[in-house]
Amino acid sequence: MNSLLEVSGVSVTFDGFRAINNLSFTIGPAELRAIIGPNGAGKTTFMDIVTGKTRPDEGKVVWGEMAHSLLRMSEAQIARAGVGRKFQRPTVFEDQSVSDNLVMALRAPRSPFSVLWWRPKPADMDRVQALAAEVGLAAELPRKAGELSHGQKQWLEIGMLLAQEPRLLLVDEPAAGMTLAEREHTTALLVELAKTRAVVVVEHDMEFVRRLNCKVTVLHEGAVLAEGTLDHVTKNPQVIEVYLGR
Amino acid sequence: MTRTFLSRNPSVLWFLLALSLFTLGVTLMSEATGAALISTSFVKTLGKTLCLCLVALAMDLIWGYAGILSLGHMAFFALGGYMIGMWLMYARTEEIVVAAMANEALPATALEIRNGIAGQIFGVVGASELPPVWLFAHSLPLQLMLVVAVPGVLALVFGWLAFRSRVTGVYLSILTQAMTLALALWLFQNDSGLRGNNGLSGLQNIPGLGHVPQATLSMWFFWASALALGVAYVAVAWMMSGKFGSVIRAIRDDEQRVRFLGYPVEGYKLFVFTLTAIIAAIAGALYYPQAGIINPAELAPIASIYLAVWVAIGGRGRLYGAVIGAAFVSLLSSWFTGGRAPSVNLGFYTINWVDWWLVLLGLSFVLVTLFAPKGLAGLFDLAAHIRAPDRKGAPLGPDDGALMEREARK
Ligand SMILES: Nc1ncnc2c1ncn2[C@@H]1O[C@H](COP(=O)(O)OP(=O)(O)OP(=O)(O)O)[C@@H](O)[C@H]1O
Ligand SMILES: [Mg+2]
Repeated sequence: MNSLLEVSGVSVTFDGFRAINNLSFTIGPAELRAIIGPNGAGKTTFMDIVTGKTRPDEGKVVWGEMAHSLLRMSEAQIARAGVGRKFQRPTVFEDQSVSDNLVMALRAPRSPFSVLWWRPKPADMDRVQALAAEVGLAAELPRKAGELSHGQKQWLEIGMLLAQEPRLLLVDEPAAGMTLAEREHTTALLVELAKTRAVVVVEHDMEFVRRLNCKVTVLHEGAVLAEGTLDHVTKNPQVIEVYLGR
Repeated sequence: MTRTFLSRNPSVLWFLLALSLFTLGVTLMSEATGAALISTSFVKTLGKTLCLCLVALAMDLIWGYAGILSLGHMAFFALGGYMIGMWLMYARTEEIVVAAMANEALPATALEIRNGIAGQIFGVVGASELPPVWLFAHSLPLQLMLVVAVPGVLALVFGWLAFRSRVTGVYLSILTQAMTLALALWLFQNDSGLRGNNGLSGLQNIPGLGHVPQATLSMWFFWASALALGVAYVAVAWMMSGKFGSVIRAIRDDEQRVRFLGYPVEGYKLFVFTLTAIIAAIAGALYYPQAGIINPAELAPIASIYLAVWVAIGGRGRLYGAVIGAAFVSLLSSWFTGGRAPSVNLGFYTINWVDWWLVLLGLSFVLVTLFAPKGLAGLFDLAAHIRAPDRKGAPLGPDDGALMEREARK
């Protein structure tokens, strides 16, 4: 199977501190993957590298069938190539309505000139309605995103991620601040999405990861410690020592 | 589409109504077209004020909407003035030179006329040849093109360099101040080709219209300024009402997040920076024929800071706020500094407003920032009973230019 994203031998140093240490990671075009690891393991930094926010000191990040290097692309180019991201702290545009947030994320040309003349077609508004219904915000469309609760902002950001229709979704702690029912909804959504695209989920909650029922990568001190099913990695003595045994 | 635009933005209609009524009122009271209740010089002051409102509109777009605190937009305004001023001065001098030479025995050659013009214009700086920058000054269409092209290209190049290297916040503001200062210092030199500190003068005399009295000309410029303001207001409001406006405001509050949505943030900033520079230049091209004179002091860095103060006092992030701020503060300022405001005698000290106006302005700026962050435009919310939900005044995004919650409307 050829891979969608291949990260190999990547290292990042912040002021002498090695946050990512010779990390390698591969994911296929329709695959669900969970990443777990203690605080400061480098999970968010890994996402920063893939999305172009942080430039690694060494290593390769290769994308897609044409094997383009993401390291030569800007954040916006990487996003347009099909990498979507949900942040650990929900980041939505608080001064704008839920519907404006979703419209901005909708898959459409991104250059200033095409956006200037863009006006919503009925199909676009239907799509926004459908997305809002999917994430349970149908009644909140005209409200300002800043007025939403923490959990609702999480959902809005997931909705924005879906609107982008990315080929790879990087989801950083999606379940934080959600109720049990919402967590189950999220799990179902992620599993469903992974049938047609690649999904990487960072999560601390073991129950959540178990429900995802997928291959798990354990990060520790910026490197992969173990990889395999959840049962496989939780039996690994090193994993127990650094993470689960605490 | 247009109907939904206007119904979703009722303030545009109100603004156009207010502007039309104001224009009609001034027309009916002016010397040339009405009851002569207001003097020609006051009509000029009002026309100039409309131009300042137009440049404030541009400032609100770049600062209030895009979050880029440019402290250099008055440089674009002045450049627009210089570009139109070159044609005005050239063509007007040409008329005079041709008239003077008409009495001579031999008809004047084109070269003689050109030399005559050069001598007239550049005598004050001890030159007698037209500098290369005056190449197009004989042609109104070409020089009008330069009104847009020169500030536009300057903004494009400056913006490209600054945004490409991701200069933001205070550093960008300082850079724009440096640009203004450098331009002013260059213009102050006699060999800049633009008459050094003499600047360009006699701009109120419109070539070919010598027979039209100033009272009438002042009305024409007043109408042109009102039209430009109205058109720009609608155009900017339309731009900001759609997805483009959403992206611009999103960049103001959290530009990194916008990048992750796939939008080329630098391209958007460059677009808005250049567009606002061009609006500022057009405002300047309408302003200086009414002012009659332009010199490098107009590009003083402080002028661009005043512009930001007007927008802040008016209320940034909404277009009518910027217009109200510019109109209110600039008219008040000309009243105070014009020596018409009565001095206040405190017994031990007399407050002379010519000296104290700036202190008053600075104080109001601080007070507005602290206690009425929505500016004068916030009064409209009070009237409409709009209350924003209280979220403890946190900024609405992590960026320097992000709107504070207290500034945002409902
Ligand atoms: N920009 C930065 N400058 C300096 N150090 C950084 C920077 N970003 C991350 N770090 C450090 O790198 C390490 C890895 O951080 P990262 O945020 O990737 O951890 P994480 O696995 O996402 O942790 P958590 O589970 O708490 O979210 C941490 O020690 C962090 O302090
Ligand atoms: Mg993290």
